[in-house]
Amino acid sequence: MTVNVTARDAAAEIPTDQQQPRITVTARVGDERPLTEAEVVFDVQSFSAYYGSFRALRDVSFQVHKNRITAIIGPSGCGKSTLLRCFNRMNDLVDTAHFEGQILYHGIDLYDPGVDPVEVRRRIGMVFQKPNPFPKSVYDNVAFGPRVAGFRGDMDELVEASLRRAALWDEVRDKLKAPGTALSGGQQQRLCIARAIAVEPDVILMDEPCSALDPIATLKIEELMRELKENYTIVIVTHNMQQAARASDVTAFLTMGDDRAGHMVEMAPTARLFTRPENRLTEDYITGRFG
Amino acid sequence: MASIGRPQPVTTTELVERRLRGATLDWRGYVLQGVLLLSLLLALAVLAILLADIVIRSIPIFTERPLEFLTGQLSARPQRAGISQGIIGSLLLMGFVVVLALPLGIGAAVYLEEYAHDTRTTRFISTNIRNLAGVPAIVFGLLGLAVFVSLLKLGTTLIAGGLTLAVLVLPIVVITTAEALRAVPTSIREAALAVGATRWETVRSHVLPYAAPGILTGSILSLARAFGETAPLLLVGAVAGTFSSGGNLIAQLFGSYTALPTIVYNFARESKAEFRALTAATIVVLLVVILLVNATAIILRNRYDRRW
Repeated sequence: MTVNVTARDAAAEIPTDQQQPRITVTARVGDERPLTEAEVVFDVQSFSAYYGSFRALRDVSFQVHKNRITAIIGPSGCGKSTLLRCFNRMNDLVDTAHFEGQILYHGIDLYDPGVDPVEVRRRIGMVFQKPNPFPKSVYDNVAFGPRVAGFRGDMDELVEASLRRAALWDEVRDKLKAPGTALSGGQQQRLCIARAIAVEPDVILMDEPCSALDPIATLKIEELMRELKENYTIVIVTHNMQQAARASDVTAFLTMGDDRAGHMVEMAPTARLFTRPENRLTEDYITGRFG
Repeated sequence: MASIGRPQPVTTTELVERRLRGATLDWRGYVLQGVLLLSLLLALAVLAILLADIVIRSIPIFTERPLEFLTGQLSARPQRAGISQGIIGSLLLMGFVVVLALPLGIGAAVYLEEYAHDTRTTRFISTNIRNLAGVPAIVFGLLGLAVFVSLLKLGTTLIAGGLTLAVLVLPIVVITTAEALRAVPTSIREAALAVGATRWETVRSHVLPYAAPGILTGSILSLARAFGETAPLLLVGAVAGTFSSGGNLIAQLFGSYTALPTIVYNFARESKAEFRALTAATIVVLLVVILLVNATAIILRNRYDRRW
């Protein structure tokens, strides 16, 4: 249980809302800009996830703050993706999945029976590990979400704006009618990001978005993430520690016990977690002794 | 152990050369290849002989009176017999399959693949649909006889025959559609759901369109299957010579009927030698239709084949 206390303490150290005392935390080494006070977007409270009788996540508690990039790192199979897919109720598709505890999104329990998962997913967008554009035109890829959401405005404008924000417009402006699947891997992933932001979400979840991309495409996506956090809250799962260190503001480290259930070890501002981890497990993982 | 009489290899090149060029004849491989080729040729030869025999026998009909044969009525006199009733009957039966089996089968598959939870019951049903597809056609004929002809009191009408064929191909439609749906990757469904589409929007805008070529191919192939089926039709009363060709469509649906395979069966049973040519010619018509249908399916599949 000590691990959990550590995680909660770390999360609490980051200023959350008005009620909590104002503490400033340094964002990066050499970067003295403090993490400003931020609104809580997700409040995960003693959350456990099961697939049938298998416990994938055990008693995870932490908070995700607005306009920040929160990275979730940890060894393979520790439940990072499971956790991420609980934020937009993507795990509803798995018949055997069931959950305990709560994930509050702006104070509302996502798993409350009255909550409509379709509306949840419209507000909480997702970018997947493998780029998965629809086998349709670039334009239709972006326009699908707004269309099903009943968007009545100028679709051409929205498509262009979304592609611009995803830093893809200049590369595809002349091939909006070309199939999205014909783009390069990095372009496809940016198209998926454009598709996600076209429905004006509040949060963007990214599940190892660069694991299928080359280093240059990866850097482009990371750069894009830093631009996007001005308007969105981003949660990224990555197995690439350099990526978490480079791109995120806050990092959460998950690992699994002997029962293979994932649990949170430590959460801290990225710079601190990578330079002064409080837990032995975290230190072992980031220094490459484990995982 | 170096062999006696051969010089010892000195350089690496010599060593490698001896290995690379010293291959012995793989006679076992050649024999096996020959046996396999022979079995292929045998299978093809049987088919070719059968086809050639039928085509040769049918030549007199197609050279002497092709139009009369295709448009004429059934007759006990071989000189005047035609198969128009069979063609119309078969087409009407196909209509039944298209109207009943395709929507039902596709709907059932969409439910099973996209909506049903993966429970023991679902798996039990899926498995048994596969089993149903393997049930001999004659059993479906018995079912048609018991349910449509007797229980529902439809009698030996075209409706009873059409319903029987529709039930017969239903499992095939479900299986091929389910396979086409399964071929659409989960990532596509997730992509649609993740931007706030409902399950139905996901299915309608993405899964069904991407699976459409596969569904179409399966549907066409099941049509071809229904087109050639004879046994169940014999049981539910397709009889040659009693087709009520007059009257409107409704009257035809509730009247007695015949179909091309049934005509083949009846012609083949006639004792007069002249009927042999008629039998062969009817088979040729049946085969041409089925080949055309299958070719359409293959062309469609190749044109819309999608790689993920």
